[in-house]
Amino acid sequence: MAPKSLFAQAAQDAAQFLSRDAARRLTDRIISFSKADSIRVNITSGVTGNTRFAGGQVTTSGNTNDTSVTVLSTIGRRRASATTNVLDDESLRRTVDLAERLARLSPEDPELMPELGPQQYMPITNLFESTAGLTPEQRVAAVTALIGAGEAIWKGANAPGALFVAGFLDTDAGATVVANNKGLFAYQPSSSVRLSNTARTPEGTGSGWAAANARDWRRLDPLYLGRRAAQKAVQSRAALAVEPGFYTVVLEPAAAAQLVGQVGGALNARAAEEGRNAFSMRGGGTRLGQKVFDERVTFYSDPADPEVLADPFDAEGFPASRAVWIENGVLKQLQYDRFWAQRKGVNATMGGGGRGRGGGGGGGGGGIRMRPGTKTLDQLIAETRRGILVTHFFYTNVLDPRSMLLTGLTRDGTFLIENGRVVRPVKNFRFNQSVMQMLNSIEEIGKPDAAQSASPAPPMRVTDFNFAAVTDAV
Amino acid sequence: MSPNRRDFVKASATAAAVTALGPRILTAQPSRIIVAAPGEAYSEELAVEAINAARDAGAQYADARVGRYRRQTLNTRERQITGVSDAETYGIGVRTLVDGAWGFAATANVTKDGVVRCAREAVRLSRAAKRSQRKPVELAPVAPVKGTWITPIRKDPIDVPIEEKVALLFATNEAALKVPKIRFCTSGLQLLREVKTLATTEGTLITQTFVRSAASFDATASDAGITESFSEELPPRSEGWEYIESLNMPGNAAEWAQVAVEKLTAKSVDPGVWDLIIQPTNLWLTIHESIGHPTELDRAMGYEANFAGTSFINPPEKMIGKLKYGPEFMTVQGDRTQPFSVGLCAWDDEGVPADTWNIVEKGMFKDYQTTREQAAWIAPLTGVNRSHGCSYADSWDKVQFQRMPNISLMPNANDVTLNDMISSTDRGIMIRNRGSWSIDHQRYNFSFSGQAYYEIKGGKIERMLKDVAYQASTPVFWNSMDLIGGKSSYWLGGTFSDGKGEPSQSNSVSHGCPPARFRKVDVINTARSV
Repeated sequence: MAPKSLFAQAAQDAAQFLSRDAARRLTDRIISFSKADSIRVNITSGVTGNTRFAGGQVTTSGNTNDTSVTVLSTIGRRRASATTNVLDDESLRRTVDLAERLARLSPEDPELMPELGPQQYMPITNLFESTAGLTPEQRVAAVTALIGAGEAIWKGANAPGALFVAGFLDTDAGATVVANNKGLFAYQPSSSVRLSNTARTPEGTGSGWAAANARDWRRLDPLYLGRRAAQKAVQSRAALAVEPGFYTVVLEPAAAAQLVGQVGGALNARAAEEGRNAFSMRGGGTRLGQKVFDERVTFYSDPADPEVLADPFDAEGFPASRAVWIENGVLKQLQYDRFWAQRKGVNATMGGGGRGRGGGGGGGGGGIRMRPGTKTLDQLIAETRRGILVTHFFYTNVLDPRSMLLTGLTRDGTFLIENGRVVRPVKNFRFNQSVMQMLNSIEEIGKPDAAQSASPAPPMRVTDFNFAAVTDAV
Repeated sequence: MSPNRRDFVKASATAAAVTALGPRILTAQPSRIIVAAPGEAYSEELAVEAINAARDAGAQYADARVGRYRRQTLNTRERQITGVSDAETYGIGVRTLVDGAWGFAATANVTKDGVVRCAREAVRLSRAAKRSQRKPVELAPVAPVKGTWITPIRKDPIDVPIEEKVALLFATNEAALKVPKIRFCTSGLQLLREVKTLATTEGTLITQTFVRSAASFDATASDAGITESFSEELPPRSEGWEYIESLNMPGNAAEWAQVAVEKLTAKSVDPGVWDLIIQPTNLWLTIHESIGHPTELDRAMGYEANFAGTSFINPPEKMIGKLKYGPEFMTVQGDRTQPFSVGLCAWDDEGVPADTWNIVEKGMFKDYQTTREQAAWIAPLTGVNRSHGCSYADSWDKVQFQRMPNISLMPNANDVTLNDMISSTDRGIMIRNRGSWSIDHQRYNFSFSGQAYYEIKGGKIERMLKDVAYQASTPVFWNSMDLIGGKSSYWLGGTFSDGKGEPSQSNSVSHGCPPARFRKVDVINTARSV
């Protein structure tokens, strides 16, 4: 139980996570059981640690380890997969047999693409011992410090009762592996950590939230996060309603990310060409090459950018690369998976439809990021004559994918800004807002501050944001 | 003794376990013996090994859950398969209490060495958590139990040949694609079998096998630049392949697809205040979000504040017996005993026998959902000292915590039909199936849409509408309910994917209800709110 020596241990002790050599041996062994035309093996192997807290104390916590193997077998144009985490030869053989049996029984897939041969990947350092070696005792110490920082803010407010602080600290460290019988072998170790907390005032009228995530534990500041959530809780007490309607809003990075995250999904070339999403043109075709957003809006993917938290390959082993999807408001590229790219005679920008870990977004290796501006959140607020400051949203869901119309609610700190100052808290709103329209109504794009690490979107100020109703929820 | 022989003996003991649950469960179909995967005999021994190791390391209480989960999914689109997968996962999770502080550890290394190490790790986490502790955990009493239980099914869905499954989905798609103007369709199956063994230091040792089946269908019609989709509501059930067959997807697909075609010419709704008749295929989700979640006691007490949210039903002393949730004819039941429901079990993940109780009685809020840890928090208010049996973990590698049981709106004692409700409505909208949904973190303000909407005028269906979403606050909405359907209109919806907790876990839950009418609800036009 000495996670500090994880790296030395990893090579010897499969109970931690698979080393590159161990992964190679395991995939070779599984591939040797195959009788199919081709076989791909995807492995995720890792350890997780979590500490959950509420009411100022740890409520649950857990450490886990697991290695899961998915076998994808292809026979002719028939393909199927089977997954197991039981790694003895008998179980692995049974899993390979099952995938082949399922494949034989499956109808031909006209869109099937052959497995890739060997690939080159960008070298990326995604594994940090600060995260992988964080012990349960250290997690509890960090959480206790965060709670203390929040409670100190409450004491400073000279109000009765105790601040209620709840949150979650979650680490993982492990390896993602892709291998096939055409010579492809991809191995990427990585770690990640996320710390979030919500502070609520005892009389139930104030609530604040702060969170950050990173690959490297050293980038997170528990005291800052505890203080920030508590400050928002204190400031948001006894909110009064303002009329619903169209407002200028200042979106903190977390709030902005929840909305602009929709853009990634709409980049799917096939859905766009088939008339199913926001980049489809009415009557057929796509909006490729057109100005779709304000000219300050740029979206890109870059697995080497530590803020993006991406992997260098997707589930097929397709290499991720830097790609600019929307540049200065113009739709420059759409995401083509290998099948659709071949059909359309263009280069693929991702593997097979983004299935599996690391295939969710642009460039085949993870999410997309909106390019920040230069002003801080405080400057965005200072330049606002009248508007609403939003900490983050809750339960956002798509009402209409063709306009990226979303609904959802504000949460944990919603404030009225007047003449450049936050003047008072307001009750939470339900919004009904099109992301297409919002990214054409930008007044200013800011930059996340350093403590808000790995933010896929910057803070921004936009006009005519549609708050449809007030809720009493705090 | 071979594993098969041993499993046969265990399954024979099932009848006794079922009898103890009372008459509701006995009305379910006769149970059938499922041959469990090899290794379950071994699971009981290792679970006991783990709790002994935890006790030796200093735990005053420990439980160990060994889980073997098999999940098969098939998805098709038009005339092709978009995914076939079969996943198995196996491991053990050990939960410990040291001086009233929880610890948990889990491993896929299910060997004697592996489970002992795992148990010691859990104790280490308990000790670490103890450093922050302000109020020790106390568990409500439960009688130790030994036994086995199996979902009553007729045909194990995992064992049905894959070609039969694919043929069923392709026949479904083909029937839909024959409907003029249908351009795309998808269909799928999700089939689960879970074998779970629980051992506790209090002497409980149980093994349960759960079988659940679900299907999906969606069709997209297109004409003159307009595209509309329709998803049929095919809820998951604790049933075998016989349930999938009973859905008759190939026989019904054309009718379902036709709804998407009809939507092409539907009139866009005039936003404003409308009376709504909400069919059970939509209302189950509104019940889930606006009654199920706010009556989770951990939410009400702030334990979910950082993720799923809190609850407007708080503090308990101001709510129990005092909050008027809805009209006097409104009764909402929590249970894990309804036949075919996906919440059905014999015991929860703390070995507490499945329960049935009222959450809302005669319109008044009466009780929350509880686990052993939570029961004492409100026992002085409710007079209930036992847990309602709501502890659940979605996998061996997650800790069990309070999860929603089935939460159902009881039907009218009189046999009111959907037609009776339509004919007694002067101006309204009838809503079928679930669409988009969103609700705030205290479960006050919500927005729901459906799949198909029908305008009612003078007691008759006048035409189809589109672009409808209804937005309301929970107490106002439920108090606006003025009519519900009778027993014959009661229908059981549900989901496999009710999310809660950090790390996030997915719970299976059913919600039964009749259709119901609500007066003067705000309706927005989702096409015009851009």
